[in-house]
Formats: sequence, structure tokens, C-alpha cells
Amino acid sequence: MQSEIIKRTVELFNSEEIVRAIGWRKGDFDYDLNPSIFKSSEDLEKNFVYNDFSSANLSKFLIKISQKEDGKTLVFLKSCDTYSFNSLLQEHRISRDKIYIIGVPCEENLDPSKIKAALGEDVLSMSCDGETVTVETLDGTKTISKSEVILDRCLACKSRKHVVYDELFGEEGEVLDSKRFDQVEILENMKPEERYSFWRTELSRCIGCNACRDICPACTCEKCVFDNRDSGVENKVATNDFEENMFHIIRAFHVAGRCTDCGECSRVCPEDIPLHLLNRKFIKDINEFYGNYQAGDDIETLAPLTRFDAVDVEPSIVKTRENVK
Amino acid sequence: MSVKEKTEFQPKIVAFCCNWCSYAGADLAGTNRTNYPANVKIIRVPCSCRVNPIFILRAFQRGADGVIICGCHPGDCHYITGNYYTRRRMTLLFSMLDFLGIEKDRTRVEWVSASEGGRFAEVMTEFTNDVKAIGPNRKLEDLRCKAK
Amino acid sequence: MQKIGVFVCHCGTNISATVDVAKVAETLAKEPGVIYSTDYQFMCSLAGQNLIIDKIKELDLTGVVICSCSPRMHELTFRKAADKAGLNGFLLEMANIREQDAWVHKDREEATLKAVALGRAAIAKVALNEALIPGESKVTKRALVIGAGIAGMQAALDIADAGFSVDLVDIEPTIGGLMTQVDKTFPTLDCASCILTPKMVDVQQHELINLMTFCEVEKVEGYIGNFIATIKKKARYVDPDACTGCGLCTQKCPTKNVLNSFNLNLDNRSAIYIPFPQAVPLVAIIDAAHCKKLQEGKCGVCAAVCAPKAIHYDDCDKLVENKYGAIVVATGFNPIEVHAFNEFAYDQSPNVITSLEYERLMSATGPNGGTVLRPSDKKHPKTIVFQQCVGSRDTTSRGKTYCSGICCMYTAKHAMLTREKYPDTDVYVFYTDIRTPGKGFDEFHRRAVEQYGVHYIKGSIGKVVPMSNGNLKVQASDLLMQRQLHIEADLVVLAAAMEPDKSAKHLAQQLTASMDNDGWFTESHPKLRPVESPTAGVFLAGACQGPKDIPSTVAQAGAAASKAIILLIKDKLKGNPCVAHSAENMCNGCGACANVCPYSAITYVEKEFRMPDRTTLIRRVASVNPAVCQGCGACTVACPSGAMDIFGFSNKQIMGEVDAICQ
Repeated sequence: MQSEIIKRTVELFNSEEIVRAIGWRKGDFDYDLNPSIFKSSEDLEKNFVYNDFSSANLSKFLIKISQKEDGKTLVFLKSCDTYSFNSLLQEHRISRDKIYIIGVPCEENLDPSKIKAALGEDVLSMSCDGETVTVETLDGTKTISKSEVILDRCLACKSRKHVVYDELFGEEGEVLDSKRFDQVEILENMKPEERYSFWRTELSRCIGCNACRDICPACTCEKCVFDNRDSGVENKVATNDFEENMFHIIRAFHVAGRCTDCGECSRVCPEDIPLHLLNRKFIKDINEFYGNYQAGDDIETLAPLTRFDAVDVEPSIVKTRENVK
Repeated sequence: MSVKEKTEFQPKIVAFCCNWCSYAGADLAGTNRTNYPANVKIIRVPCSCRVNPIFILRAFQRGADGVIICGCHPGDCHYITGNYYTRRRMTLLFSMLDFLGIEKDRTRVEWVSASEGGRFAEVMTEFTNDVKAIGPNRKLEDLRCKAK
Repeated sequence: MQKIGVFVCHCGTNISATVDVAKVAETLAKEPGVIYSTDYQFMCSLAGQNLIIDKIKELDLTGVVICSCSPRMHELTFRKAADKAGLNGFLLEMANIREQDAWVHKDREEATLKAVALGRAAIAKVALNEALIPGESKVTKRALVIGAGIAGMQAALDIADAGFSVDLVDIEPTIGGLMTQVDKTFPTLDCASCILTPKMVDVQQHELINLMTFCEVEKVEGYIGNFIATIKKKARYVDPDACTGCGLCTQKCPTKNVLNSFNLNLDNRSAIYIPFPQAVPLVAIIDAAHCKKLQEGKCGVCAAVCAPKAIHYDDCDKLVENKYGAIVVATGFNPIEVHAFNEFAYDQSPNVITSLEYERLMSATGPNGGTVLRPSDKKHPKTIVFQQCVGSRDTTSRGKTYCSGICCMYTAKHAMLTREKYPDTDVYVFYTDIRTPGKGFDEFHRRAVEQYGVHYIKGSIGKVVPMSNGNLKVQASDLLMQRQLHIEADLVVLAAAMEPDKSAKHLAQQLTASMDNDGWFTESHPKLRPVESPTAGVFLAGACQGPKDIPSTVAQAGAAASKAIILLIKDKLKGNPCVAHSAENMCNGCGACANVCPYSAITYVEKEFRMPDRTTLIRRVASVNPAVCQGCGACTVACPSGAMDIFGFSNKQIMGEVDAICQ
């Protein structure tokens, strides 16, 4: 697949259809890929990688590029990334006519940390044949079943469908009936005190690195309120309990109705805080209160928090509903 | 006031009231001399839709024990649609706070019209009692803010 | 450096009885930025205002906090005083320690502490206030009057007489409103038509009044001085400019059995009809629901007989859009439906009628040409029982809690007129209390009792039982004599409560004008601004604001008109400077703010940004039209970056208040 993609992209470079491509660049290890801009076909042929570790959602990088005025940019988008793309398009953050989308098929990404946890830290390389992951370590070659090391977010994949593309590699996928709200439900069924201590345990590990915000394709503010000294809520160096709460609640609120549930926030969190559960809680509530809504599904439907219905539920539903303890 | 009452927990309650309905309703409670607890301190906003979730969290951070948002009844918003947005925003925010294990009775939205002075006092009395019953806010308070 | 002055008002004893004002002033003096703090008996008095002015000048104050009554009461007063002293009025904040403190708390210590907290919040806010200068907008020199009853007509005439164009809209095919159905008026007993119809003609002939009958206001957008109304001209099927009102079509129309709503269904009319002989405009209209041509496609008699060719069966509803500077609401009232009051047997007997139906029975233009005949068998009634307060002062769900105000008087009128015309008739009136506070009103009522021999009985009908001969067995209680009465009556007349016209609710939503629990329009201030709606530029005339008799309605209509004229005479209006504004460098151009803006005040522009590395970026950013923005703040919360903020209620100001209160 990788070679086919490269071949086609080189064609597009050569025909001057595109002037750059955003893709995944080979890192120090072949499981450690970096999102990157390729400005020539040579660079691409040499360094572009598309494999089970091409997890990064590249849509957010298009914002700055489309604000600059030159030429067309090619971007590789997995099915879940296309939702983010649409969402950005809807919010006028990118210019569709400056972008060429190659939809790439996705068969669940792998989680390098799961592999390391299972097989040890001394990993030299990892590869997967679709069923089995083969890992070269200092102690020799080891294998593990793919199903054990799939990235968490891919276990609850919501859609294999590319909602937007110019060209698609592989088959047209379908929206999946995912079980992505199961974990939210488990929390909802806990007692409030248990929920509180669950989140305190999780959020207290936050080191304020802002990785979740920086990767999030919905968090695209030119200047984040938490970086703005005039906002009155800027993050200070010494974070404390409250600032973690404040930051994560407000961040989740700001992306509520806009989050496509791509799961990048939790993937990049160095402390493995399940941040996506906050977003999923909002998505679940929105579906429940205002009807099913998938951000990025199309670019016409207004986000749930920018519209209303005269007969919407009252906030008191939070106290009276029975499916949450 | 008896000694017993003085030692009772006195919650800090911030009430955001829209200028056109609820703030006027609060004024009417005054004009009619209808009592409600002094714990309630009102902040005037043009419309309930001006209330940013940040303000609510900020209040809790600074030690508020309860936050109530009051606006015109849905359909009667002075700005036509403002309170409809308030309703969605606060429904989702309150649900999130609940998801984080924060007591549900610390937050509330009520629609109080300019003619409902009596209801304003009733709502405030009831809310104050609810907050009293759950006790001081410890989960969201930031003690550093008290340090100075 | 902030130099804030704090002024704590005693409001006589209104505040000082519950709040230790001296202590509040003393405590607030220690707040950061405060350089002067005092208390005074009446801050709003001339001496109080002068004290503020003097201190602003003397101490070069940068901000002022008044701890007194509600800002809804005196914010403008104090802002003007600050302006006078050379301090921008928006650098002044009020702490509401009267309505929201002294008046609602009893404990002095608690109330004093709360006053301090509210004062602190105001100080925290004022320290962040900015000087604001109101923008200006033009005034469209045209008024819209909605409802063409006596109130709307009076308002339209007054505004037009002042030299401004008026569109007078009514939902009915004729102007005149409910008064057209009234026979005579109290307390003078002069004929309603004789005073009303000349006014209707005046309205029609006024060159500055544009009559829009059979029209409905669908939508209102915009703001004071610049309203845009979409008005639906309902299909009339008759060209009003061509129709001469000859009435030939109404005579020839084969469908004659349509219930005549003008006579409250007491008789019939044709499918094409003229509402009543004095209708303005005197133009026929087709009742589409009953017209054979429109329903079944065959007939066409009216078009055939119409010499001026005014009939157009293909007519349809049309929408027109117009601009107005001021709007007068005069949608009036209606009597409530009395079906729910089973005890009076209104649904069981045609001889139980409402007062307005009785009015039609007495009227020369009524079903019997002014002879009072009971509906069931057209016999002269010999015994008539009037029941007052049907649904008025009624705390059950079927009625209204308020007094409808006019029923005592019109019932006295009915009783008197009946006795005068038919001296052999026995007239009973059951009343709760007699309320006759108007000029000459009580004398009028006493005449009914003393000169006309009407039997006034404090009490109420308990039950009305219709008999086979059409008579009514009335069982009633006399509360003063403490006895049960049994009367065999020919006619029972119910004084139904008043309620706002059905069209008012939709209109109120369009105008964002508030209504009370009963659906009456709310005035901006019950005493001092009785004809202004809280929505700037919208004025209230007549019974849309509450039950009223004709003299009060006309007086209020004149007042509403003069307020509208005061607005229309201005060339420019100062706007509200507390509007939204967007910080371009932080704006993402995402569109969330515009999506939630109810006024479409936000548009987007492509903007070039020079970057630190000397490259240029082009970004879409939001731009707020301050003349259109009303300052609700919906956009500020929709904006994730905080680029959108509001002058006068900024994020920082509100958080400053939050911090101060939670301190």
C-alpha cells in the first residue's frame, strides 16, 4: 500500500498538481513516525511511511498551510481523520480548493506502548502482517497477536467511511456500530463519589504539557484562552488541582459538539489520562438530549451548541434522569 | 439570630441574573419585601447566555458553594433566543460536572420572569437550602485562592 | 492608578433601617483603589448628585460606585451626573443594596455584610470598566401601529397629525376593533358608533395613514429606530381599490347561511360580505371557507354581478416588508370563552349569553335591529339576570385572577338601558363587589340602583337550569340577606372576563417585548413608564397592556403616540455602547458567534496578518456591527478563544465580580 501511495503522490508532484504533501515521516524507529511536510517527490519517496503506526491525524496541520497563499497541498487522511477535516472545513479553518485529499485505508493502528509493555522496552523494530506483530528486540525476535496491541481508540472505531476525499485507496468503508460509549456508561453507573475519585486519580497526573490541546483537531484557536493573560484563566506554571479541572472541563466544553471523537488527545497524553472519555460524555449527552450528531459527518448541519430547539430538555434533567446515578 | 443559626454552615451562593427578567424579578422580590437568604449574591448579566462556564468554575474555584443561573422563560428572552443557548450549554455543563462527581445540587438554572418576585425568593430559598444540605464545596475549591 | 469613589445611599430609611450604611462606607474605603468613601441620605437627590459631581472633580476620580437602589431605577441618573462632572458615565457602577439587600433581608448584620460584598463586586468591576461612547444610528421616520381598534386608531391619528407616516395594521377586514360591536358607552350613554365611526373615517382619510386591514404582522426584526416588519396581506379576493362597497355581491351571493361573527354568531351573513355597514374600508371580502367558487370551483355569481370587476378568485396571501422607526402595539382584548363555567349553562341554552352578545342584541346594527329578543324564540324577555365576574377575580384554572375592570360599569349600563327601553322588565344583577372608580362612574351605578330600579344583589348564581319553554331556572345566593333565591328568567347575561387578544403572544415574541403571566404586555415601569415596553422603540396602547375602559384606552393611546413621536422626531439615536467586539488577532473565523447571533450582527472579513517572520497570512475574522448588536453576549460564550467580548460586561469584569463576591 505504501508504495502505491508514494507512486501516485509522485505523479501528482510531477504534474505540478500539488506543491507539498503532509504525511508520516520515518522516525528514529519505524514505529515512531512523525507528522511532516514533504516538499518534494524525492523527500517523499525516501522518507514517507504508511503503516500500522501512522496514527497521527494530519488534518489540523492544514490550517496554517491554507492560510498561506501558495499552491495545493496534498494530505493523507484515514477514515476517522476525514471527519476532523470536514469539521475544520465547516469552521472555515481550511480552504478546500487548496487541498488534495488522498483517503488511505485504515485497519486499526497499533499501540507501541502496549507492545513494549508486553514484550519489553528494548524494541528495535516492529512490523505487522495483519494478524501477528513481529518485534525485533535485543533479546531476539518475539511475536504477539495484533488484537492484543491495538490502539485503544481503534478498538472503538466509529467509522471506516471516508466522508471526504479526492482520491481513495482501497475500498469504500462503512460507519460502524461501535461500543464507544461503554466506558462512559460504566462511569455513569458509579456513585458520584467513585466518579470523583476516578477523575481525581486520573486528572491529578496531568502535567500541563498541553499535548492534548496541541494535537486536537478541534482545538485550533489562534490563541487559546489558557495561554491568554487577559482571559483571566491563563494557566500558570504551578498547576494545582483546580487548574487541571478547569483546563480539562473547559477544553472539553469548547470542543463539545465539535469533537469528532478521533481520540488523539488520549493517544498523545504522556500520562495516559483517558481524556477522550470527557469528550465522549459530551457526545453521548448530545446524542441523548438533542438527537444523534456526528461532528464532521457533513458540513451543513450546525453544531449542537450553536442551535437549539424550543422544546429542548431543561438542565434539571441532569438531576432527574435515571440512566446516570 | 440565635447562636445555633450562626454556627450553621452558611454557603456562598452566586446568582447570575439576566438584566431583563430575573434581575427585575429579584428587584420585584425587594419591592414586595419578600425574604430570601442573604447568602445569595446577584451578578447582573445582560442575558443568561452571557454566562460562560468559565465564570461558574471560577466561582467554585474561589470558594462559592453554589451557582445559579437565572434567565427569562424560554420563548420570552429579551434577545429572542439567548436562553435557548443557555439551556443547552448548562445542561451539558451540569451533566459534565456530575460526570466528574461534583454534587448535582451545586448548580442550577431557573427561569424567572420580571413578574415573578415571589418565585425568585422561593427559588433562592430552595437553592440555598439544597446547598446547605450538601455542605461546603471542597471538590472544586482552590485553597490557594484563600491564601492571600 | 485607580481612584475610586464610593457613595453609600441611606435612601431615607429604606436602606439604612436594615443596612449599617456608615459601616459599609467605612469597610469599602479599605478596598484597593478606593480613595474616597462616604454615605449620604439620598444619593439621587440634587444634593446627592452634586456631592458625586464635586468629589469626581475634586479628587479626580477614575471610577465611581454608588451603593443604592437597583440600577434599573437610577443607573441613568447617576451616569448622567458622572458625565456632567467630566467622568464617562460608563465608569460608574451601582451596587443594588436596596431591592436586593435591605428590602429582602431582616437581619442587620447579614444585610450589612451582604452590602459590603455587593459593594466590593461593584468596585472590582468598576476598576476594569472602560469609558464607552454610544454609537449613533438613524431613525426611520415611519411608525407601525398594530391593531386598529380605538387605541390603534387614536395612536395612528396622533402620530400622523404630528407629521409622520403611519402604517395601521389590523388582522380584521375592517378597522374599529371591538368598539364597533358596542351599542352605547358608559357613563354618558352616547352611541358608540356615533363617536367611533367619524374617527374611522378620519383615519381612512388621513393622508399620512396607510390602512392595512386583513393583515398580520408575521415577523419583526431590527431595533429602535430601525425595525423591519414583515406583514402578511391575507387574501381578500376583492380588490379594495376597485370595490365600491355597493353590496350587490353580498345580496346576490347564494351562500347566505354563514354565521355572522360581527354579531357574535347570533345571525347569518353571506359568503362574500361587508363586515358591517360602517366598515372602513367599505370593501367586500370573500370568506374562503364558505365560498362555493373557492371551495368547489363553481358559482362565480359575485364576479358576474360586480360592475367594477373587483373580484379576483386567484388572490393569494402576500408578504410585504417595511421599515419603521417606532412600533405601537394596540392588539386589545377579547372576552374569555365561558364554556368552562358549566353552572351557567351557556352551552345548554341559547338564552344564556355573554355581555358582548347582549350588546349586539341591543344594537341597531344587531341581529334584531336593536329590539331585545331572546335568541331561542325571539320573545321579549321579561326577566333578565346579569352575572358579573364570570372568570374575573377567579383563582381557579378556568378563570383569571385579575379584575377585568369594566364589567361593573357595562353591566350597570345594560341594566339601565334595558329598564329604560322596557320598563316592564325585571332586571337582576349578581355582583361580587361593585368597583366604579372612574369619573362619574359611581353616580352612574347608583342611578341604575336608585332611579332605574335594578335589583342589585351581592352574591352569585349557583346554577342555571334550562327549561323546555326556553326559560331558565336560576338558583342564586344573596350573601347580604343570607338566603337562596330562585328566579325564573328569560335571559341570563354573563359578564365574561377580559383576556389579551390571541395575536399578542406571537407578536410579543417577534418584538421580544415581555408579557406578564396573563399575557398582557408588560410596561417598562408600572408608574413612570406606563406606555413603554421594555423593548426600546415599542410602545403600548390600550387594553393590550391590561384591562381598560374606553377613556383610559384613548388616553393611553395618546400617550403612546406622543412617546413614538418623541422618538420619530429625532434624526439620530444614541445606541447602547455595551456591544460585542472581536479581537481580530485571536479570532478563528469559525463562525460560531454568527451562528448564535439573533440579530445577524456578525459578518466575516478576510484580513491580512503580518507574521513575526515577515510572512503574510490571510485569515477570516469576525466583525460586529455595533448598531445592530444588542449586547446579549451569546457570541462571547460560543467563542472558544475568548476573542469575542462585550463592552460593559467583559469576561474580566464579570470574573472580577465573581472573585469579589466569593472573597
